[in-house]
Amino acid sequence: MNILEKKSWSPYAVGAGIGVLSWISFLTAKKPIGITTAFENTAAGLGQRFAPKASGVNAYLAKNEEVPKLDWEWMLAAGVALGSWLSSTASGDREAERVPAVWASRFGSSSVTRDVGAFIGGALMMFGARVAKGCTSGHAISGTQQLAASSWIFSPVMAAAAAGVARALFGKAAARAH
Amino acid sequence: MRIEPAGKLILGLGTGVAFGALLQKGRVGKYEVILDQLLLRDATVAKVMGTAMAVGAVGVHALVQSGRATYDIKPLRLVSILGGAVLFGSGMAVTGYCPGTTIAAVGEGRRDAVAGLLGMLTGAALFVRAYPRMKPVLEAGDRGKVTLPKATRTSPWPWVAGLATTVLAFAVADRLRR
Repeated sequence: MNILEKKSWSPYAVGAGIGVLSWISFLTAKKPIGITTAFENTAAGLGQRFAPKASGVNAYLAKNEEVPKLDWEWMLAAGVALGSWLSSTASGDREAERVPAVWASRFGSSSVTRDVGAFIGGALMMFGARVAKGCTSGHAISGTQQLAASSWIFSPVMAAAAAGVARALFGKAAARAH
Repeated sequence: MRIEPAGKLILGLGTGVAFGALLQKGRVGKYEVILDQLLLRDATVAKVMGTAMAVGAVGVHALVQSGRATYDIKPLRLVSILGGAVLFGSGMAVTGYCPGTTIAAVGEGRRDAVAGLLGMLTGAALFVRAYPRMKPVLEAGDRGKVTLPKATRTSPWPWVAGLATTVLAFAVADRLRR
């Protein structure tokens, strides 16, 4: 059986694969793997193109070294969707619940409520990532492996905040569901 | 808008495809798996990230020391790191994916992740809008690109060996428990 047709691999094998991929990134692109800078560049680019006043993009560009660009990292972020699509199509792992059970146990089975929650959470998460200049990829994998002090502070604080909020939101409901 | 050469873009795409396929095979683009990690009922995410960090560290430090790559360290600014980590973690608990895994979940066909992706773009736009006013706060107390070895005047290798040993011991214990 082709390994791509398997629905899952050992988490250690996957982690080792991502580790080797970070060597390749450093060697070929001279950059660590990251995701969220591309979102900031895209938001600035879209603002510049469609709403230069309302987006406040000019004041941003005047004070920031980041510029709107289509670069290695942007293509990396896009490639993640393609790679996941290829992998899940090869294995037939594409039947996710429209509203996940843990979410439904607390907020009900409405897909609209779930999408609004995902939207708000996504916005908050991205805002936080850009405040800290990194995410679970840029800080918690790429930064920790380089032994960056900033990333070794970001990662445990982020994990504790995420676990605390998840427990506050779903702790009781999830316990009932089991 | 600045556009990088095609070779660099294709390299980014290829890296992203591999990253996305690994995330999908690791099952970390799934809401259930991430929430089970945050509620401390499953350690798949920790296994993937810990292994990626340790394996990555070995190669990245070797590449830098042999002159084939350079470190890319995010600055140590306590307000931005702590504030960003709390916002990021809170948002992640609500949306149920991190930025990279949101994109992987979109590739896997999860509709709630599409809402999360739009939220992420909105969060990036809000950051661009707020950046000029936040900049003095974000950059307060900047200690620069500090690494743990530099701060303690040690070689990176004991740190890397410590990371690798910890992850290896965890993996062996995990295997023996089954």
